Amino acid sequence: MKKLLILPLAAIAMFAFSPSTNDVIEPGKKLPAVNIKDMAGNPINTAEATNDGNPIIISFWATWCKPCKLELNTIAEEYDVWQEETGVKLIAVSVDDQKTTNTVEPVVNAAGWEYDIWMDPNGDFKRALGVNFVPHTFLLDGEGNIVYSHNNFVPGDEEVLYEHVKEVSVK
Amino acid sequence: MKKILLPLFLGTFVSFSQQEGLSVTGNVESTFQYLNEDTLIGAKQPAEKAVLNNYALVNFTYKNIRAGTRFESYLPHLLGYPDRYSGSGIGYRYAGYSTEQLDFTVGNFYEQFGNGMIFRSYEQRQLGIDNCMDGLNLRFRPVPGFEIKTVYGRMRYSFTNGDLVNDPGIVRGFDGYIDLANFYNLLAESKFKLGFGGSFISKYQKANHAQYYMPQNVGSYGGRIDMKYSKFFLNAEYIIKENDPSVDNGFIYNNGHAAYVNVGYTQKGLGVILYAKSIDNMSFRTDPNAILTDLNINFNPALTKSHTENLAATLYPYATQPVGEVAFQADVFYKIPKETKIGGKYGTEININFATSYRPVRHVSTEHGIDLADSSRVVYKTGLFEKSDSLYYRDINIEIKRTLNKKWKVGAKYFHFNFNNNVNVVSKDAHGMIACHIGVIDVQYKINKKHSIRMELQGLWTNGDSTLVSRGSGSNTSSYYVVNQRDKGDWFIPAGV
Repeated sequence: MKKLLILPLAAIAMFAFSPSTNDVIEPGKKLPAVNIKDMAGNPINTAEATNDGNPIIISFWATWCKPCKLELNTIAEEYDVWQEETGVKLIAVSVDDQKTTNTVEPVVNAAGWEYDIWMDPNGDFKRALGVNFVPHTFLLDGEGNIVYSHNNFVPGDEEVLYEHVKEVSVK
Repeated sequence: MKKILLPLFLGTFVSFSQQEGLSVTGNVESTFQYLNEDTLIGAKQPAEKAVLNNYALVNFTYKNIRAGTRFESYLPHLLGYPDRYSGSGIGYRYAGYSTEQLDFTVGNFYEQFGNGMIFRSYEQRQLGIDNCMDGLNLRFRPVPGFEIKTVYGRMRYSFTNGDLVNDPGIVRGFDGYIDLANFYNLLAESKFKLGFGGSFISKYQKANHAQYYMPQNVGSYGGRIDMKYSKFFLNAEYIIKENDPSVDNGFIYNNGHAAYVNVGYTQKGLGVILYAKSIDNMSFRTDPNAILTDLNINFNPALTKSHTENLAATLYPYATQPVGEVAFQADVFYKIPKETKIGGKYGTEININFATSYRPVRHVSTEHGIDLADSSRVVYKTGLFEKSDSLYYRDINIEIKRTLNKKWKVGAKYFHFNFNNNVNVVSKDAHGMIACHIGVIDVQYKINKKHSIRMELQGLWTNGDSTLVSRGSGSNTSSYYVVNQRDKGDWFIPAGV
């Protein structure tokens, strides 16, 4: 009986706890340099992310994070079109720790995502960018300046993101 | 739960500026809760009525130099944080130097060796966990594919009256890893990939016990290997911890071990992973008297899926039994291809997961060299993956997701849990095994580009947990439903049945 009442309260509390959404558009900042690895184990210096002068989306996610996967699945449905129209590339940065880090590759493959995947199991890149919660998405213009960032995801956010991608696309 | 909580405000923002090579990143987070009295669940309002946690992190980078600090305040702390957390001040600060070959950090740092079973310092703010190190951290990469990490310092215990409080114990160690794919390009062209590494951690503790002679230094060491051939992969790690009498293990002098193996296969549209884990006596803290989540040097990952549904995630969570367990897990991801008869236009995703864990066998007879009368305090013997029939936990779940068209997405999930409540206490009033079924149906409809509605129906049925027995029915089954309707916001219509 007691637990029955606690549950909805806990549920409300959990949702109220999810961070509020704030969009920051303050150009000029570049990615900090952090040494991490990609999914294949190749070393990555995060400051050296390039896409031939086209925009880059950096999306922090985890295999256990439902809105993250919803965001990446939603974008995946449109990704071909986005790439064709703007040349944008998406880098999905997994913040999975060792409990789930080995499931990243099977999850990515099963979902059929065509993204670049970076691994940040120790949270170094996450901390350097000041990311507290996933999903948290950044948009870089062709010169590598962070022009937009957004956290949390509800359907429709991908349209807003894509508006910003189109703004900075040189295509 | 003693109190009912009503969080009113929480904000996070990220802000940037860049000037002549100087870059500043950071974020601010405030969580405020106003606490109400609720006589129905016996929740009392505390004297302060409201609680507030604040954090502000600032990182500076100038060329190769890094520095940063985090202000924290607990006025007073949120529910779930240790009571010793109080005041405002600096809880984290560091300065460092980074090049392609070297990361050098003095002050606070977070680090992890291998899978973390030997060493992991990390922050999980929502859970009130922060075992940040304070000292020196080096990561040295003399050639590509080879990395050495060292840690030396004290571990965060508390934040009291506005000051960071570290435990007096000292943690030091190193870790080396060679990735042959990048190491002199030995396996660069090969389909076969191989990496291996080794770790060593030692703690120094000033520990005294009225009855036993306590070791002042405790060592832990181990190795790991990662292999990949085409679409198959294997990762394994094995850690030994030397005798480390503590409150956790009842001051015994047994060595501990942790072994972890996973093998898998992955290709487009399919992933299969099998896991196995054997843990015995692996609680490892800088203070042998520490309890709860305090001062953990290592981390023993639970072999279970991280559930995201409210009922499955919050009601019956499972944590590794550091005292000992033998656990197995299988995880299958499959996507029925799109544009097929069964898969539909957008394909259908299926995930099946099975996880289970058992008590390890403990031999206590003289045949196994155990003499309980001797003074060694080595009180049992156990082997790698030597499991008994005593079940701690079992979780079988299946999840199916399908995009019907541009407007509709549907998902269905089923979970079946078995818990040994005597070991992994999920309910205060229950004894023995608890069985629980959860079903979830999730429907999403996109009204237009910016609006959508999501509905989630969750049902739970349980046997053996008297706290969830439905009112007056006398049966041993109860159900519980949550409806979550969402349109650019979150609200619940909860109802107990």
